[in-house]
Amino acid sequence: MSTPLTTDPSAAIPAPSPEALEREIAVMIVEALNLEVAPQEIDPEARLYQEGLGLDSIDILEVALVVSKRYGFKLRDDDQDNVRIFSSLRNLARTVSERRTK
Amino acid sequence: MLPVAPSRAAEARIPLVGHRDLGHVAAYRSGKPVTAAQLLADATRVAQALPERGSALNLAADRYRFAVNLLATLLRGHPTLLPPAVTPNLVEAIREFAPDAYYVADDESVRIDLPRVEVPMDGGRAGDVSSVPAIEADRIAAIVFTSGSTGEPQPHPKRWGSLVRNVLAEGERLAVGGPGHVILGTVPPQHMFGLESTVLMPLATGAALTAERPYFAAQIDAAAAAHPPARTMFTTPFHLQNWLDNGVSHRLECIVSATAPLTAGLAARAEAEACERLLEIYGCTETGQLATRRPTRESAWQPLADIRIHLRDDVAWAQGGHIEEPTRLADLIELEPDGRAFHLAGRSADVVNIAGKRNSLGGLTHQLLAIPGVRDGVFHMPEERGAGVTRLMAFVVAPGLDAATILEALRARMDPVFLPRPIVLVDALPRRATGKLPREALVALERRMNGTP
Repeated sequence: MSTPLTTDPSAAIPAPSPEALEREIAVMIVEALNLEVAPQEIDPEARLYQEGLGLDSIDILEVALVVSKRYGFKLRDDDQDNVRIFSSLRNLARTVSERRTK
Repeated sequence: MLPVAPSRAAEARIPLVGHRDLGHVAAYRSGKPVTAAQLLADATRVAQALPERGSALNLAADRYRFAVNLLATLLRGHPTLLPPAVTPNLVEAIREFAPDAYYVADDESVRIDLPRVEVPMDGGRAGDVSSVPAIEADRIAAIVFTSGSTGEPQPHPKRWGSLVRNVLAEGERLAVGGPGHVILGTVPPQHMFGLESTVLMPLATGAALTAERPYFAAQIDAAAAAHPPARTMFTTPFHLQNWLDNGVSHRLECIVSATAPLTAGLAARAEAEACERLLEIYGCTETGQLATRRPTRESAWQPLADIRIHLRDDVAWAQGGHIEEPTRLADLIELEPDGRAFHLAGRSADVVNIAGKRNSLGGLTHQLLAIPGVRDGVFHMPEERGAGVTRLMAFVVAPGLDAATILEALRARMDPVFLPRPIVLVDALPRRATGKLPREALVALERRMNGTP
């Protein structure tokens, strides 16, 4: 992932549009998991687990790792919270925009 | 059913839990201690709600509820059934194997095609418990299923005495367990490793199990922080790698990994960043635990006390200790000159391991060929693609079917980690004149597909 990082931590984080962030995360998911779908084919509202994109628990851990590294935040230890975050691309992108530090 | 050895005293009984004092802590739920007396009272209460006869599928996600249900089934005389996954076709196979099968769960949303027994979730009266019940050592406590190379799940009965003997040997060898010791686990209790190490070992040694199953790195950190004294965590290479990559914020005293061998690099990193001692267990569903090692100090595996591994025509067999009958191993093994310690030299070509879960390529292919409309097909383990978990792929000849339909049919038949990525529809498989499908031919097909030479 070759997205430039801000060098000054106090600099404001540019806020991309929600759609742009969703697309960016979709690309990361497809690349990290070697998925056979094109990023733009992922329905932002569809479930990431099983019936939707067909991800399993291994995928979710891998996605959690790349997303938290790229955007500089840690998931919390709350089960309910994690279920909600990974329920769809849209919810994942919303969480990233709320908690990102880079 | 295995024959009962005549030398085993039929009346030998082993207590349900090893806590010497009923006031000792047997579990933590959300950080709150639960005494051995309370655990036994809860199990007695659940036992009263179970049918007179039956075999139990214990789907409780909360490890404390799982333990309560397990002890209740032991008190009631029911075996616990542990299939490799809970998919519709495996549930059907369970029903055929055990027509009296029922399931218990701790979540309303869990529904499978078996009779559900509602068990009371409110506690029993700890004050009513004055002693620890004991169970016949030769009772079949659990029946663990492997996927099998023919596609049919294979049952492996486990006697109560054998299970307890296994986990006591484990606790002694690893120097974990015992009063005051808290056992964490990232693995579920519904498979052999999680059942032995995160439920039975703490109970048999008088230690405390933990109800939660920390999975995300932040959950593991929180669990480590919540239990400061004598913490041991049982995990897999996959969970461990993920936790380390996230940056560990609370060290543990001991980490024990199983399901697949750790790389030397990951083991060294774990002792540098996450724990004082990193230990590994080698075993399989058929035999239970066989050997351990501390990979930063030794590369050879040391069998548990009384267990012997020997080679017969290059095939490894395990026997002794808690193993009831000599059992053939799927791994290729090289013995050290002392004839006891050994090295793992790879697996038989049929066995695959995806993030710690094992299956048989032949068994998976059977499932694929059972789908109506599939004329020919094969599961294939691709060459490593670098970072991340390498997944299986499948080549399928199925005119008239699309990949999505095949995927849906497979989803009902196997644990999702084994689902192929991708399914490649082909006109024919590169079979030799004899009908054989050598791995080289499949690798060549895979490379053509990826456009690599």
